[in-house]
Formats: sequence, C-alpha cells, structure tokens
Amino acid sequence: MAFTEKDVRYVADLAHLELTEEELKKYLPQLDSILQYMQKLNELDTSEIEPMAQVTYPGSENASFRADLPRRNFSQDEALANAPEPGAGCFKVPRVIEREE
Amino acid sequence: MDFTTLTISQIRELLKSRQATAVEIAQSHLARIEQNDKEVRAYLSLCPERALAQARRVDEAIAAGEALAPLAGVPVAVKDVILTRGIRTTCASRILENFVAPYDATAVERLERAGAVILGKTNCDEFAMGSSTENSSFFATHNPRDLTRVPGGSSGGSAAAVAANFATVALGSDTGGSIRQPSAFCDIVGMMGTYGRVSRYGLVAFASSLDHIGPFGRSVHDVALVLQTIAGRDPLDSTCAALPVDDYVGALSGDIRGIRVGVPTEYLKGLNPEIGGNIQKGIDLFSKLGCDIVPISLPHTDYAIGCYYIICTAEASSNLARYDGVRYGFRSPQYDDLQDMYRKSRNLGFGAEVKRRIMLGTYVLSSGYYDAYYLKAQKVRTLITRDFVEAFDEVDVIVTPTSPIPPFKLGERVDDPLQMYLADIYTVTASLAGIPGVSVPCGKTSSEPRLPVGMQILAKHFDEARLLRVADAYEKAGGFSIT
Repeated sequence: MAFTEKDVRYVADLAHLELTEEELKKYLPQLDSILQYMQKLNELDTSEIEPMAQVTYPGSENASFRADLPRRNFSQDEALANAPEPGAGCFKVPRVIEREE
Repeated sequence: MDFTTLTISQIRELLKSRQATAVEIAQSHLARIEQNDKEVRAYLSLCPERALAQARRVDEAIAAGEALAPLAGVPVAVKDVILTRGIRTTCASRILENFVAPYDATAVERLERAGAVILGKTNCDEFAMGSSTENSSFFATHNPRDLTRVPGGSSGGSAAAVAANFATVALGSDTGGSIRQPSAFCDIVGMMGTYGRVSRYGLVAFASSLDHIGPFGRSVHDVALVLQTIAGRDPLDSTCAALPVDDYVGALSGDIRGIRVGVPTEYLKGLNPEIGGNIQKGIDLFSKLGCDIVPISLPHTDYAIGCYYIICTAEASSNLARYDGVRYGFRSPQYDDLQDMYRKSRNLGFGAEVKRRIMLGTYVLSSGYYDAYYLKAQKVRTLITRDFVEAFDEVDVIVTPTSPIPPFKLGERVDDPLQMYLADIYTVTASLAGIPGVSVPCGKTSSEPRLPVGMQILAKHFDEARLLRVADAYEKAGGFSIT
C-alpha cells in the first residue's frame, strides 16, 4: 500500500504540523520508501508472541513506588520562566471557549 | 603541561600532589576550546562561571584537607538533550533555542556531587534524531580525526569534544546507537548501560523505552568510573532499576581467560572488508587473551531496523507532542487561533528529520494502522530480545562491528534518510533488547584515508562489570590501535 499525499496531509494534521507544498513533495517519497521497508516485518509469524511492553523486567516487579507524599516542586515563577506569553501567573493562549457576549 | 590530554587518574594525581589546581585544569580546557573549537564545533554553549565556581570548590576542599571526591576537578561536556539547571538546553532545536533548564538531570547532579566540572553543552542531531549530527538546527560538528567528515550522531558533539581534548569525559544519550556510533567514528570509548541502569530524569525524551544516558572517554577506565558515578536507583525515574551498582572500576582486573566471545554470523554477512578485517583482528586478539570464540546466530537481525524505526518514531511522536508553544519553547509570532498556533510553532520550530519521524510515528500509531505496525513491532522486539537471551546461554559477551561504514563526508548522506537508518543495524539491536554495549577503537581502515573503525562489545542485562573487564583487557593488550 503506497503512501499518498492524502496520507501525508492526514498525518501532518494529526501531529499538528502545517507542511508547505514543497515540504509535502519532499517528504512523500521518503516516507513512502521507509514505510515500504517496514512491511518486511510481515515476513514473521508473530501470532503466538507477546508484545514487549516493558524492557528490563515485568512491570509488576518494578520496585519504584514511593509514598504518596508531597515534595518540593517548581515555584510559580520558575514554572513560568520559559513561557512565551506569561500573564497573571498563568500561560496565556488564544481563546479556546466560545462565550455568549 | 597540557592538562587536556590527561586521564581521570592523571588529573587525580596532579590534584593530590598539589602540582595543579582544579581551576588551572578547567581554564586550560576552556582556553583550548576557545582556540580550536571553531574548527570542530563540538560545543553549542559553554558555562565558564559554573565550571570555575565548581573548580574553586574542589580546590578549597583540597586545601582544607578533605578527601578527594571520585571525579574531583574532571572536566565534563554534556550533550544538549540533558538538562543543566540555569543553562540553556536546546536539544539542538530552534523550538528550544532559548529554553533555560529549571533543574539538573540526575546524571548531571551525580557528576557534580562527585566533583566533576561541567564545561558546557555539546552539539547533537536535533532531539537526538540522526546518525551524523548534521540534523542539528544550528550547525554541523566536524570529526576531529578528519575535519571534512562527520563525527557520527546523534551525540557527535560530545564524542568530538572528548576526541579533540575539549573535555576529559562527556555525557551523551543513546537510543539506537547515538553514543556507540560516534565513539567509533571519533576513535574513542563510549558506553550504553543496560536500559534502566542510569536514570533518565532530566534527559529530554525521544523514545522512552529506548533512551539511555551514558559516558564517553578516551579509556575504558574513565568510562567505567563515570558510569559507576551516574548509575543507580532514582526515585524520580520509575524505569530506573533499583539494582545495586557494581564496582565497575574494581572489575577491571585484566584477566579474561575462559570468557566465551560470541560472533553473530548475520552481522558479518556482506560486511565492508575495510571494517570486517579490523573486527577479525580484534577477535583474534581475544583468542590470544585466552577467550573462546563461539559463532552464534541472531536470526531476527534483518528485522531490527524496521522494528526500531517503528517503535522509536511512535514514541517520539508522543514525546514531542509537548512542544506546542504554550508553556515553553518557540511560539510562532503570528497565528489565527490555538490550533494555528500549535501548527505554526511546530512547523517553524522543528527541523526536517524531526518532522519526518513525528509523521512516521503518528502514522504507525493511528487508528487502523496500530496493529499492523506498532503492535507488530512490539512483538518482533520480543523475538529480537529472545535471540540475545538465548545467545547469552552459550556466550558471555558478543563482539560486532559498531558501524558498517567508516565516518563519511559531511553532506554525503543527507538526501536519503532510509540509507542513513540502515547503517544503524549493529546498534539498534542492543537498544531493542535493552542490553548494555560499549564501542572501543579497533584500528583504522587499511586504505587511505585511514579512518577509525569501532568494535562493539555487548553483554547481557546488568552485566556491565564483565563487559567493562573485557573491554579493558582488550585496551591493555593494544587492541585500540590494532593493525
């Protein structure tokens, strides 16, 4: 199944990317050849194989739980230090909720 | 005296005997960087105030008669995907060009607690995606062994810094080979521990089930000491193993008689003889050192690249969703609404390779394709891991080339991403299995220009002590400059 321009636009949309026409033309054959290559995995019968969701030990053996106690975190100033548009102690963004005026 | 060519032990001796101060050592490195880094371009930014403040603290402790911390006064370079508090951390991306890290990565904190002197942040492929450091949004780094060639990637800046004596040791990150391959290209030692051996807290996430932080050095001893310092349980990273850290330096006894060295037949198939010849000489040296050489099979090798690039791009697409111009990073100056702000910020902020991988990852996770690609790749990952687990029943370590090609010229391979991916074949397998691996120098190619060749040694999960003992014995027997 070849990767089409429609697929590139769909995926770019899902990923919140806005490609230019030039970028679309450039990426399409590259993505297509990479996805074709990945088809290789279909040569293997994996019907009886478990997916490897954890890497070095099963999740149930992980001794990483800690007590549910609060700990020091960022101050409001630290958290806002890299904000493109801070204001009133918050991160400012364009309006997201429609209001009755 | 040229402090920039010293090993950790030599620096330690000088400080103990008061023949040099930590400040002098730091300053000599900063001076060398000032003079020579314009040719190599290993560093993205330097932090001389932090470096000298730390060096002064080390000198004061020595003057007060305190015991010397394990890495006291040792100059370190840190890859720019690893957070350093108060210092710009960009991931070599325009989207984080002005991001100042609000905290230190655990690995950085542990290095500084051990007395290390952080000199600056090194260049890399953007968000650690690449094998040549040419994907940096700022500039490419040049290989100190041949300035017309790439240093490898994605941790090319860190590898180049150590190779060019701009730091004694460095930290990098390895997801599919990004410490091991640049070590091979730059003729130094680089190690990736078992997945979960070193905390990932403060490592900007690329692929969470594959990412590692690890050390570069000019000797196995130095790499072992840095790994020992940064490894170990961290409550801030739930994938970080609670297992105790062995004494890696203590394990470097030099005796590897009887060690069973596995050589995978699939990895030698079609191998460039310039590389293969050197690897064979390395294997012969192991024979001479009393090891048993055992041919083994890793039958699912051919599927590793497909498997790796499905999993890492899927995880990357998820991890990079956070760069939306809201809380940090680049926000487009013009936008119509929120969605438009996301799209424009991301499209302008990310480079081409990053966008490619985000799109691939989004595709393989999307509805209708998840089972065919991502779930399938997760199952193939089980098969690849099983190959290694079964192999380690018959052998103690596995020896392979690190890269199928020697360092290539800058610009030579930028047009074909798939070709670039295929050259990761020897390193992605270990990443998928989560086992540790080290790359050591293995001579030079036989025809002009004589370029560095790297040999990779792999071991089973959490067997870093044995792995380092084998690498160290190889080094002591002259393996690095094998002819």
